[in-house]
Amino acid sequence: MRSIAFPGKFSSLDDIRDFYTEAAKEADLDKKSIYDVQLAVDEAASNIIDHAYEGEGKGEIECSYQVSPGKLEVVMRDQGKAFNPKTVKRPNLKANLNNRKQGGLGLHFMRSLMDSVEFTFSEKGGNVLRMVKTNKEPEKRSEQRTERQE
Amino acid sequence: MEIKHELLKRCVLFTVEGRIDSSTAPDLQQKMNGIIDQGNFKVVVDLRGVDFISSAGLWVLVNAQKKCKRFNRGEVVLSGVSQRVHDALNLAGFIPYFNIHDDTAKAVGSF
Repeated sequence: MRSIAFPGKFSSLDDIRDFYTEAAKEADLDKKSIYDVQLAVDEAASNIIDHAYEGEGKGEIECSYQVSPGKLEVVMRDQGKAFNPKTVKRPNLKANLNNRKQGGLGLHFMRSLMDSVEFTFSEKGGNVLRMVKTNKEPEKRSEQRTERQE
Repeated sequence: MEIKHELLKRCVLFTVEGRIDSSTAPDLQQKMNGIIDQGNFKVVVDLRGVDFISSAGLWVLVNAQKKCKRFNRGEVVLSGVSQRVHDALNLAGFIPYFNIHDDTAKAVGSF
């Protein structure tokens, strides 16, 4: 497991996406899954800056991960305001153009792109976001791995 | 991210390259608004060179569409939309808001 604390600024997004791209490659995720991870972590970090810290340069985003073959677990921590996903309105995806209101799309993207998304908050630890992405064909891949080991 | 624009006979063509995220989206929004506010309500955005777009970038396109559609025959048309960009537009429910052409010449010709 690797861990890096990035400044809570939008200019960190490139580095955060690159950090998790390497992690996704390490987990042997397929190309589409790697892109899904890039988009999900970008949305997550943007939300942390916008909502937990309520602006840029207010704190750090601590990024870490764990990998196993075909599986990546992303962990992102911040010390900002408690985030409760239940307070975020689900976007109305079928609204007419003029009735579409900005907001809620980041969380919708994260939930759609990752296999699981979980938020916890504690006074001491701040916000902790865990997201898991697995390959669509994990069994096949782990079989290949076993064969190679033999 | 790089943004170029070209004033054509019937529309304005924006060519965007690179990554559109929360860091670069405000720049795109500002540049597009600057040109649209000069009375250019017929817009083509060529996204061929865009390899990443987040919801922040998608909102720039939707906000520009809202702005242009307020005017007679005003519209933002997209071209060169990669599978990744298309998937993101689809996930956001934004596909119905745009005419999308594979070819930029055809997008320009649609005006």
